[in-house]
Amino acid sequence: MAILEIEKLSKSFGGLMAVSNVSMSLEPGELVGLIGPNGAGKTTVFNLLTGIYVPTSGTITLYRDGKEIKLQGQKPYNICKNGIARTFQNIRLFKDLTVIDNVRIAMHKNVGYGFFASIFHLPSYRKEEKKLTEKCMELLKIFKLDHKKDEYARNLPYGEQRHLEIARALATDPMLLLLDEPAAGMNPAETSQLTELICWIREKFNLTVLLIEHDMSLVMKICERIYVLDYGMVIAEGTPDEIRSNKRVIEAYLGEAVNDV
Amino acid sequence: MSRLNEHPVIKKAISLILTYVIVQLLISTNIISAYLQVTLATICINIILAVSLNLITGITGQFSLGHAGFMSIGAYLCAMIVLRMPTIPGFLLGVFAGAITAALVGCVVGLPTLRLRGDYLAIATLGMAEIIRVIFLNLEITNGAAGLSGIPKFVNWFWLFVFTAGTVIVISNFINSSHGRACISVREDEIAADAMGINTTKYKVMAFTFGAFCAGIAGALYASSFYFIEPSLFGFMKSIDVLVIVVLGGLGSISGSVLAAVLLAVISTLLQSFPEIRMVLYALLLIIIMLFRPQGLMGSKEITFNVFGKLGDMFASRKRRV
Repeated sequence: MAILEIEKLSKSFGGLMAVSNVSMSLEPGELVGLIGPNGAGKTTVFNLLTGIYVPTSGTITLYRDGKEIKLQGQKPYNICKNGIARTFQNIRLFKDLTVIDNVRIAMHKNVGYGFFASIFHLPSYRKEEKKLTEKCMELLKIFKLDHKKDEYARNLPYGEQRHLEIARALATDPMLLLLDEPAAGMNPAETSQLTELICWIREKFNLTVLLIEHDMSLVMKICERIYVLDYGMVIAEGTPDEIRSNKRVIEAYLGEAVNDV
Repeated sequence: MSRLNEHPVIKKAISLILTYVIVQLLISTNIISAYLQVTLATICINIILAVSLNLITGITGQFSLGHAGFMSIGAYLCAMIVLRMPTIPGFLLGVFAGAITAALVGCVVGLPTLRLRGDYLAIATLGMAEIIRVIFLNLEITNGAAGLSGIPKFVNWFWLFVFTAGTVIVISNFINSSHGRACISVREDEIAADAMGINTTKYKVMAFTFGAFCAGIAGALYASSFYFIEPSLFGFMKSIDVLVIVVLGGLGSISGSVLAAVLLAVISTLLQSFPEIRMVLYALLLIIIMLFRPQGLMGSKEITFNVFGKLGDMFASRKRRV
């Protein structure tokens, strides 16, 4: 049974159909790629999935613990609470906060003390904060960021900022992780390291992953299935090998073949 | 010294009690004269106002110009209650009734207006403060433009200290909690905060309501320290005065707000001797400070009790060397 079902999803900005009639489905534990030329509407799909945009039409259904949850029209924080976490294409860390605070904020939704405990620092505050800090450190250790916990996020090197963003997304305890160009701006060595990391966290956290990526070496290596988007429409779907030889995909990326002059 | 360092709460308590006792001694020995006591009250009230506005503007990043409005609600409610019940319980009832009413108004006003951002929110909150002022100007029970006078004075150093220290502690505790961090994340990046499961509207309204509550306390203290209140005291300029303290101290720095409130009160007291050019000098000083410290006196940093601990250690090590 699918974990996420997208049906006939459309989003128009005025007269522009950024996403039209997109249908996708993700199986539990799958690692799926979403590719397409620039401006194809990949990030718009992510923004629709996470509630930043409200779809013009179509439905998004999440299946969690045997329940059907309709996600379209819900607020982003609710969608996050339902188990979808994301990273952003242009890193959106809390730059002026420390590394550990970035992660702690993402864990806020599970914090077990209220307003009055927080203003009077009641015993429940101390207990929960300790637990929270321990959980954050565990997570930071996985990303080898534990020794930098008190550094400002903006002072981290670019690659580590990308890692911190993934760590922050994982801190929300998701079942579905959306990665928006995780390898953008990375060199080949960093990319291959990231490839391993993504596979590893998928196993460790029992995740389903949907990722947007332009780096085909990463996409072809780790994705089990790929959706190709062009002009807001799904033009192809299949395994990496099928996609590689798909005529429409090649056309979308390279242009049509010139037959005669 | 080192044993004290291990117990931050005890250390905090000791320095608070020391502050209270020292000032109380200065008052009893008349070194802080009746005239300086007025300055003291102003400082404390301004600290409460600035710290609570800092929670809204510096911590949560919502630019509000309506603080005088919340203050006036606290002032009028407390005055009306104390005029009818001139006892200490009446005074305390007035303070809390004023603060709670201000918080309720803050919540009701915040829910629709906090959807706005930046300048738009500033104008909306400014409008709200004006509406509150005009209401007090026209109500019979508040005696219109003439205002309320002869308010019994219950505020002394003890109450000033209790409410000021209380507000500062409670707000800094809040900032250092998960709820406070949620507010900070709204300031840092609202879209990212939302995507990380933070209900941004809830935390904006929470900070706004909490800030309004504290401003209500400040207003109530004002009413019961200065015998007399009228609507024009709580105009646009009052909100700006508080904003100046917050920006001067550093947006997001609670200790900065406290420092700036004290500094500005001291400057304006010292300048009393030059009445003709007082405001010119005051403005000039502000310009100079902002030129050299555009991020405010403290930036977004805090003075912590570690500073005292470090000073103590330095002192101790120097002694040992001798």
